[in-house]
Amino acid sequence: MIRIRTTSMCLFSLLFAARAHAAGDAAAASESPAPAGERGVASTVDSARIVTLGAPITEIVAALGLGDRIVGVDSTSTYPSELLDRPRVGFYSKVSAEGVLSLAPSLVLADADAGPEVALEQIRAAGTPIVRVDAAVDVAGAQERIRAIASTLDRVAEGDALIAGMCADLAETRALVDSSDATPPRVLFLYARGAGTLHVAGTASTADTMIQLAGATNAVTGFEGFKPLTSECVVSAAPDVVLMLRSSVDSVGGADHVFELPGLAHTPAARSRALVAVDDHLLLGFGPRLGQGALALARALRRLPEPAASSSP
Amino acid sequence: MNARAPASDRSRHRAPGRVALWIACTLLAASLVAGIGVGALRVPPLQALSVLLAKCGLPAPAGFTAQQEAVLLYIRLPRVLVGALVGAALSMSGAALQGLFRNPLVEPGLIGVTAGASLAVAVAIVAGPALALSAFTPILLPVAAFGGALAVTLVVLRLGSAARSTDVALLLLAGIALNALGFAATGLLTFLANDGQLRDLTFWMLGGLGGATWSALCWVGPLLLLPLVLLPRESRGLNVLLLGENEARHLGVPVERLKKRLVALVALGAGAAVSIAGAIGFVGLVVPHIVRLRLGPDHRVLLPVAGVLGAALVVGADLIARTVAAPAELPIGVLTALVGAPFFLWLLLRARARARNP
Repeated sequence: MIRIRTTSMCLFSLLFAARAHAAGDAAAASESPAPAGERGVASTVDSARIVTLGAPITEIVAALGLGDRIVGVDSTSTYPSELLDRPRVGFYSKVSAEGVLSLAPSLVLADADAGPEVALEQIRAAGTPIVRVDAAVDVAGAQERIRAIASTLDRVAEGDALIAGMCADLAETRALVDSSDATPPRVLFLYARGAGTLHVAGTASTADTMIQLAGATNAVTGFEGFKPLTSECVVSAAPDVVLMLRSSVDSVGGADHVFELPGLAHTPAARSRALVAVDDHLLLGFGPRLGQGALALARALRRLPEPAASSSP
Repeated sequence: MNARAPASDRSRHRAPGRVALWIACTLLAASLVAGIGVGALRVPPLQALSVLLAKCGLPAPAGFTAQQEAVLLYIRLPRVLVGALVGAALSMSGAALQGLFRNPLVEPGLIGVTAGASLAVAVAIVAGPALALSAFTPILLPVAAFGGALAVTLVVLRLGSAARSTDVALLLLAGIALNALGFAATGLLTFLANDGQLRDLTFWMLGGLGGATWSALCWVGPLLLLPLVLLPRESRGLNVLLLGENEARHLGVPVERLKKRLVALVALGAGAAVSIAGAIGFVGLVVPHIVRLRLGPDHRVLLPVAGVLGAALVVGADLIARTVAAPAELPIGVLTALVGAPFFLWLLLRARARARNP
């Protein structure tokens, strides 16, 4: 039961957190003014034992080659698999001060949304420095986040290499997209947590950004962010492809059941059974694998039947 | 039982009450010691003692780290104290309300405390930025929760008051109606909330003692203590009220004033509890039941024992909540029910067996 709750909450956040950042970035920055030396700049922080709060942060630290210094992660951190055995301090915005301190960290790397503030304040008061890392909702933000963590951990060169790798993946994605003359498929991003909780992604959402990076069009344009799914919205969006997180597909009982969801049977995507499932953090994490995620999505979309063929009656 | 019981009768009923109070106090003391001594961070008993002695200016028998000191003095100690006060306030409030309504299904939530607090918190979170309330962020939610709890309870009390007297059945129904209204309005605000606000709201509703700091204790402690001190003074009136309202009135109990005082004290205590710990279920409903099953309905015994036992339950449940999944934490509301419900069922089954073969 606990497990289920954690998973559902982490996905909930995965989906919603980024949007909150978009609006609240400035607020987050001003409400927690980081003392000098806490943000960015390589300083005297001792990074021998790191606790990471936020899946992308965990991924970045691991990608910088410092995974063995991570002594604890939050419950959303499920990648890379070497870190699955690390103690979990709970959902990253609901951590317990003593829980984190019991791992004797020398440094806590925390997402801008990590908290509660009281707990972070108690961790700081006990003498453990906390470095807040800004949220990322686009490519620039994702790169900035890598740069900030790399400089905090004194791994600037490795950070630059990560960013270069991301840029290469994105360039490859663009080349792949440009090489095709087919009209870009209309993609509907569907978030599901069981058949009862269904959301679709509008414009200005994390999913929208990824769809565009992969050279496709978001089929939903009527609103910003994520909204609960309605049958009419899905039918009028007329997507050629349905894009989902892998965990979402599992939560509705597998790929066979996706097109039984309300409204989906009457879409062009249903006729060609065009469903793309991508790993959660790969698609929406905006971590170091952002480029890989975009490339994987672009490839998956190209492997599908041509939209023109599938929409013919 | 009658408030003016003969001396022999009184001593007969008081003795088990006193024993029970001692047992409850021992339980509470044990849970307090365990709550302070045990946690995710290992602090050996000798070090823990040293930290406390050093703080009191006494020579410490052993050395300790700054981290152990911080965890013990600034995380565990206020948390355990707030937990004890919250548990006592919820449980004693429940006991008093069950006596007032002469209905075992009543708990503080039913007169609008939780609904009012949730609604006010939802308003503060969703409309806070628009109302430029963000400057008060650290104390905004506790103050809103407390104010909401108090306001809705007063409305319930008002609605339940007929021309000259307070109709208990009407009070209960008004409570149910306002609960429905409050939760519906909260639901509406949840729908209007943006994604960050939605998460804040969800986490507030999950509750927990993670927000217990010394400064929070300074704010909320007096509000929690007041009903703990004043409610037991109403126990004679509550006892007479068990005979029925008219009977109590004829026996000279100022029933109207008693009712208003009780509801106000409960709103104060339960409202303060909700404001710092969110909605912790079960304690206010079942702890009084447990005590009543064992010791009978004499409020002079019931109120203090229920208070102490409620404190012990919340401190114990919180201890389990923060250690069993360490370094993560479970929601405490789950634990209070998980610890208390089996015990309650066992008592019920025993009572049933005794009724069958006396």
